[in-house]
Amino acid sequence: MVNEPALQTPKAEAKNLNFFYSAVHALKNIDLPIMRRKVTALIGPSGCGKTTFLRCFNRMHDLYPGNRYAGEILLYPEGRNIVSPEADPIEIRMSISMVFQKPNPFPKSIYENVAYGLRIRGISKKAVLDEKVEKSLRGAALWEEAKDRLQKSAFDLSGGQQQRLCIARALATDPRILLFDEPTSALDPTATTKIEELIIELKKEVTILIVTHNMQQAARVSDSTAFMYLGEIVEYDKTDKIFTAPSQRLTEEYITGRFG
Amino acid sequence: MNGGIKKRIRFMKAMNYGFAVLGLVSTFVGLILLGTLLLDLFMDGRERLTYSFLTSFPSRFAEEAGILSALVGSFLILVVTAAAAIPLGIAAGIYLEEYAPKNWFTDIVEINIANLAGVPSIVYGLLALGLFVYALKLGQSILTGGLTLALLILPMVIMATREAIRAIPTAIREGSYAVGATKWQTVQYHILPYSTGGILTGIIIGLSRAIGETAPLITIGSLTFIAFLPESPISGEFPFISLKWLSAPFTVLPIQMFNWVSRPQPEFQINAAAAGVILMLMTLLMNGLAIYIRYQFRKKIKW
Repeated sequence: MVNEPALQTPKAEAKNLNFFYSAVHALKNIDLPIMRRKVTALIGPSGCGKTTFLRCFNRMHDLYPGNRYAGEILLYPEGRNIVSPEADPIEIRMSISMVFQKPNPFPKSIYENVAYGLRIRGISKKAVLDEKVEKSLRGAALWEEAKDRLQKSAFDLSGGQQQRLCIARALATDPRILLFDEPTSALDPTATTKIEELIIELKKEVTILIVTHNMQQAARVSDSTAFMYLGEIVEYDKTDKIFTAPSQRLTEEYITGRFG
Repeated sequence: MNGGIKKRIRFMKAMNYGFAVLGLVSTFVGLILLGTLLLDLFMDGRERLTYSFLTSFPSRFAEEAGILSALVGSFLILVVTAAAAIPLGIAAGIYLEEYAPKNWFTDIVEINIANLAGVPSIVYGLLALGLFVYALKLGQSILTGGLTLALLILPMVIMATREAIRAIPTAIREGSYAVGATKWQTVQYHILPYSTGGILTGIIIGLSRAIGETAPLITIGSLTFIAFLPESPISGEFPFISLKWLSAPFTVLPIQMFNWVSRPQPEFQINAAAAGVILMLMTLLMNGLAIYIRYQFRKKIKW
């Protein structure tokens, strides 16, 4: 694993990233590579800035006034800075999708939920949409359960199915990076297991960055883990290393449950 | 000690029971008043509640008089009111909720809209007289009347729109933005469709208020006696649609009613009561429709 070349190829990289909610300095000098087709987990106590960091990647902070980025998140291979004021947030979100903490399907049919990202790109050919919807639902391990009820409301699905639908929605537009913000915190253990298996399956095709509150989850699904505290990255390493032999005392205290 | 607590519990239960009774009485006061009013109007006007009452023009003979011109007038006014207030109100509501930056300017706009909803309707009449009749020279016409009532219900439509939009969870918006939607796409695909129920409810309640308005229409010079109908909006010849009705003089149901009430002959009081029943029924019908629409949409979309 260590010498696998893919692990050495970053898909994106935060360089000296700072973020401000008005006067609050929420992220401080963050440096972190996001490896291509790997799962990178962000862990840390509540309020440490891990979700804030995640939401920088698809510029969600731009939706609200008073937020400011400084520094860089470079997207490879072209190496452009996606948090610079010149980068268009709409364009960024078209290639970096996100799955939220609570399943947030639209009150539309299952089909329309998945097709939405394509429709807003102007794709309306039924054949193209049909194919993409099926491919995305298969990718999100929901096809078998949903194929006979594509026109039914997404609200009729269970919580776990809804979250997989949201993953399908994010996959439909072929994202280069998929962001997960505590995707299982609102789900029961069985649904959680399914999502975790799905994440491991998905990394064959797409680069994944996941925020999680659950350290076992980080250990189960991720290849590398970053521990954040008070807006800074305390330690970043391969997941095995972080959970067995962390180099920082703070990391060790956190993963052994002494605080957080 | 034990006896003290039991006594205390008895007292608290009595208080609880007392409020239940008080609440029930308060609820019934409103209900009974409305019921009595309707029944009283109906009893007074029932002998005139015939089909010919709906299809006759006003007349100096009370038995022959009807509400045709008032009914048509009320309907056409509502058409103009709806056509003006709905797009303006919805657009303003969407702008204020989704687009407007939060600063002192939008704060002032918001406070003003809230205040506009409380302005007495006759003041709108004066404004309309100055603006539509004198400044824009639209005459004492259906167009002027409709626009006047549109001003009156505009704040209601704006506020209903905003409330309906505010009920949509942030998570839905973020879900839309997260796959690369623009603000307008989010409004078009999500905000508008999901708030339609609330907006429609607000619009219908606004229109049902407009249909009963008298003062502002008298101010702009609505007539009280009209024995003809405006030109039909649909004609047999090209271009088939005529807008001449917009500039026709008009009367509306409450004004017709007012006209009859103010006559000395007691027979006309019967006409007034009958017209009142029709007006009340129309209002109840519209409010009922609003409740039905709200129910239907709530069934479909639950957050």
